Amino acid sequence: MSVNINTSYKQLEQKSKITNLMLRWFLYFVLILFASYFIFPLYVMIVTSLKTMEEIRQGTLLTWPSQLNFESWGVAWGGRGYGAGDTFLRPYFWNSIKMVVPAVFFSTFIGAMSGYVLTKWRFKGDKWVFLFLLFGCFIPYQAILLPMARTLGVLGISNSIIGLVVVHSVYGIPFTTLFFRNYYVSIPNELVKAARIDGAGFFKIFFKILLPISAPIIVVTVIWQFTQIWNDFLFGSTFSFGEAAPIQVALNNMVLSSTSVKEYNVDMASAIIAGIPTLIVYVLAGKYFIRGLTSGAVKG
Amino acid sequence: MKTLRIENLSKNFGSTEVLKKINLDIDEGNFLVLLGPSGCGKSTLLNIIAGLETINEGKVYIDDYNVSKVEPKDRNIAMVFQSYALYPSMNVRENMIFGLKQAKTSKEKIEEQLKKVSSFLKVDELLHRKPSQLSGGQRQRVAIGRALVREPRIFLFDEPLSNLDAKLRVEMRREIKKLHQTLKTTVVYVTHDQTEAMSLGTKIAIMNHGVIQQNDTPENIYNKPNNTFVADFIGSPSMNLIEGRLIQNSDKISFVAEGSEKSTQIPVDNYNFKSSTNLNDKQIYFGIRPEHIHFKKLNENDFEVNFKANLSEYIGHEQIITFNFSNQEILAKFPSTINIELNKDMKLYFDLSQISIFDKTSKERI
Repeated sequence: MSVNINTSYKQLEQKSKITNLMLRWFLYFVLILFASYFIFPLYVMIVTSLKTMEEIRQGTLLTWPSQLNFESWGVAWGGRGYGAGDTFLRPYFWNSIKMVVPAVFFSTFIGAMSGYVLTKWRFKGDKWVFLFLLFGCFIPYQAILLPMARTLGVLGISNSIIGLVVVHSVYGIPFTTLFFRNYYVSIPNELVKAARIDGAGFFKIFFKILLPISAPIIVVTVIWQFTQIWNDFLFGSTFSFGEAAPIQVALNNMVLSSTSVKEYNVDMASAIIAGIPTLIVYVLAGKYFIRGLTSGAVKG
Repeated sequence: MKTLRIENLSKNFGSTEVLKKINLDIDEGNFLVLLGPSGCGKSTLLNIIAGLETINEGKVYIDDYNVSKVEPKDRNIAMVFQSYALYPSMNVRENMIFGLKQAKTSKEKIEEQLKKVSSFLKVDELLHRKPSQLSGGQRQRVAIGRALVREPRIFLFDEPLSNLDAKLRVEMRREIKKLHQTLKTTVVYVTHDQTEAMSLGTKIAIMNHGVIQQNDTPENIYNKPNNTFVADFIGSPSMNLIEGRLIQNSDKISFVAEGSEKSTQIPVDNYNFKSSTNLNDKQIYFGIRPEHIHFKKLNENDFEVNFKANLSEYIGHEQIITFNFSNQEILAKFPSTINIELNKDMKLYFDLSQISIFDKTSKERI
């Protein structure tokens, strides 16, 4: 009897081993399939940017360049050096930096402030204020183009970097407020009470007590805002043109306005350059991003 | 002069009345415990004393000065919170001196205070640690330290021990008691734990539904509860409340439990009635604590009753026995060394010097 049981256990063990192995291989297969699906375009972009036009015409999308040729990167960044019609990214890259840094700063700061007020200095109707702010997250960009254009016109800052900073700051506030409110809600109110008894006022409590423990959510907000603003095309193309345009608009102009032959290698290099800053931000602060999104607040 | 006096205080949140006409005062150096179930308004009352909540009606006096419109920081109070509320980004030292710095105290004075308090509370080794690097007991100590350095007139404690584990809680309780004995500062202490309240307080104010039910010494709260709520809330297991009525003829007063024959009359002549008129046929609760039901006759006044035990709960040093007394459940507490057989008639003795009697409709002590 006992012998029989032992053999049947052995058989079952064998069987489950095989099933597990097969499932594992299947899992890897699916993972690799999806991974390549996502990596493929990036591969094509990088490879194409390193080829000469000659190679592009003769080879296929996937062929490896015969030699690494960084010329198109130079052209994308600094142009060819002749006068009219030569569009290149460098000035627009700095436009974008000049737009994104203050816009991220202001929207994050204002979001932190309003999150602080909405959780720690509750007032009558604060729930409604928050609800209306949330609407801002769901209003489509297109819906505010005309009123915003008019507003910028009245303020005299249309077609300028400052105008874009204002637009992005205002449009970012609903999101940043949501982030900070949800973070501060989990921080005990007793902290604020203790500080009030200790004699700290509204701003002191914010700067000395809450802000120093907000690093995780600041990182989340900065990454989110940076990505949104850097990658924005609609506001950029609507509210600016010519020299004041941010990089995404310039990229578009560059790719569409080439009068002669389409230079795929330069286009690809430009697209990569335009995407690099968000990648850098994510790589530098990405682990805090996940941590900040998932973790609650500091306890005790 | 009362250190703290509260007059006719009312507070609503929207349409909910949280506190109704509270009147309360504390003499210098006393330890007042606000005790009650959750939601009874005790923490709100404490926050109002601290100035963290506004008042709808009534006044709060500290040293006979109406502080209703005075900022929390200027009320000469210090508060210790349940979650400790230590500032997470500051180390222990910065936490403790934050208030003094806000008050623009001189550097020498700050150092002096810090040194005194930190060695008194034995936290001088921890001054450079962050709150996250401290154990629960240490955090609590630092929180108390932060309150101490301010040298307040009144200490406010908001359930300071409920985040600690059972063993540490007993230790910290003793330390708070010691602290009060040494410093003799006036304390208002909120808790829902009756053991804490009993062992710490010189006065206990029991609250329910925003009303103070009884404000008295721990002994009186335990032995002479004002109403059935207090009788039921204090003690574990709580006081037996036996339904029944009084019978008064000539100068004899006795109690007949509901559902029992008229012949089992419990004489209550020796009970100190507030007024002994119109007692005949009065519907009442006859209150007796489980420990005042004896296994054998101890005093001359003890009254013999026949019982059947239904249930026995062994809890180590003692056992709690559930009896059936004319269809009402009665609990009694005995040493666990006594052997009690279930479902068998037995004789027990009520200690009639320890009973409380409440009116059945008003639930008040009579």
